[in-house]
Amino acid sequence: MTGFPTLLYKEVLRFWKVGFQTVAAPVLSALLYLVVFGHALAAHVQAFPGVSYAQFLVPGLAMMAMLQNAFANSSSSIIQSKITGNIVFILLAPIAPAEIFAAYLLAAVARGIAVGLGVFVATLWIVPVPVEHPLWAFAFAAVGSALLAALGIIAGIWSEKFDQLAAFQNFLVMPLTFLAGVFYSVRSLPPFWQSVSRLNPFFYAVDGFRYGFFGQSDVAPWASIAFASGAFAALSWLALHLLRRGYKLRH
Amino acid sequence: MAHAVVVRDVRKRFGAVQALAGVSLEVPRGEFFGLLGPNGAGKTTLISALGGLAIADSGRLEVMGHDVQGDYRAARRALGIVPQEVVFDPFFTVRETLEIQSGYFGLRRNGAWIDELLERLALASKADANMRSLSGGMKRRVMVAQALVHRPPVIVLDEPTAGVDVELRQTLWSFIRGLNEAGHTVVLTTHYLEEAQQLCSRIAMMKEGRIVALDTTARLLAAFSERVLRVKLERGALPAPLAERATRDAAGWWRFPIADMAHVEQALASLREAGAVLASLEVAEPELEQVFVRIMHREEPAARP
Repeated sequence: MTGFPTLLYKEVLRFWKVGFQTVAAPVLSALLYLVVFGHALAAHVQAFPGVSYAQFLVPGLAMMAMLQNAFANSSSSIIQSKITGNIVFILLAPIAPAEIFAAYLLAAVARGIAVGLGVFVATLWIVPVPVEHPLWAFAFAAVGSALLAALGIIAGIWSEKFDQLAAFQNFLVMPLTFLAGVFYSVRSLPPFWQSVSRLNPFFYAVDGFRYGFFGQSDVAPWASIAFASGAFAALSWLALHLLRRGYKLRH
Repeated sequence: MAHAVVVRDVRKRFGAVQALAGVSLEVPRGEFFGLLGPNGAGKTTLISALGGLAIADSGRLEVMGHDVQGDYRAARRALGIVPQEVVFDPFFTVRETLEIQSGYFGLRRNGAWIDELLERLALASKADANMRSLSGGMKRRVMVAQALVHRPPVIVLDEPTAGVDVELRQTLWSFIRGLNEAGHTVVLTTHYLEEAQQLCSRIAMMKEGRIVALDTTARLLAAFSERVLRVKLERGALPAPLAERATRDAAGWWRFPIADMAHVEQALASLREAGAVLASLEVAEPELEQVFVRIMHREEPAARP
């Protein structure tokens, strides 16, 4: 018996107890984006044939919410524990670095998926979307959330103050999610910006997730899952390496 | 391995500060061991290294025979540390906190022991209260309970009574003393030297990252402190044989070291013969505080234990 299931349970309970902030609030913001942008841009943008702009937006917004919330969950939990000092209770326990990693990761994925499902269910009333390939949709939901959960673990470990974490969020996570093709198809961009977008791992999560709904995407889903999983593997390696070394945790 | 804790030539540097400059000590199983020293002496760093909160630059640390790095799972299972700072997780109630802590140690059904801990630490009425709503002293008691959820054979308390009221201190010490009598090894740091003198059978004193004294409490008291007779004279002067051994403080008290009560009688008799009249008199027992001050102010290089 190990500490992993308990740490996972604790991490899930932590966001679930304040679910109004951690799940309901992001669902509401996604709905606002949908209503406002869907209305304002409906006449101007046609991404895929046979898919209205509002429909096109739904998977993108759901993925954006998943990415941001997965990141927020692992990063804020770690930095709060570090700043308040209660991380000692985890560090003093016989829990392996890989278990700590897996627990923070899976809890963040759980929050990401809870928020994503919330967005999807809430938008059903406004803009119904088809789900052509549910398995692809689920695979990208999992990999996208995991990618940002791992990044959040790194950000939480590295940051010493809340404003450092906020910088991570505002200057890395926000721009990369907004530029991941949530609001537009990257095909509509000039060639240069199309190539830049393809360097953004978040783009593959958004694009592949959309494939799960419409069966259409800018990049083939296998390529997207490979890129997103590769980025996830690299970040996981880094996060595990930091945890094993005790970087900024065990002094 | 008869030792609960083994520390061998442990060094740790934080930037320009050599927090531990080669510390070695052994704590036999079942001992009540005191780790004393001024702020910044390295006590907390040593405890952190023992619990894996800090990683020593060199040297070896063992808890119940388990290396704290190589065999960290077994070492941490054998160790319960109550950290110095009051910390808590505001998301949970007292009982949740203790259940989660049990789970970290792989203990699923620990309710009976949790109930007992809550009872013994006078927290039963707060079991379902959120951690945020607790007073500082209560939070500290929860931390003691957290350190004990897995019934560790070695308990380390890092200044557990700092800022804690008298009643709680009594409760806490009777509880910890009971655990020690039941076979748990206890390592204590405190600035209350009276507590250390009463509780600890052996004491290490640290200064600037080194151990400067390590012996049984009784031998430290015998070597560095003495029973003294303190007298204040109303009239007359000290007879010469007494004056040789006496020191006089600012308030006008004379102090003579004495071995036993026979000495007191002799001193009083010679005072009477000399025609001196006493204004006041007291006998002071050896005090750890005196030992501490003398050891900390010794200029010679650190004594090798």
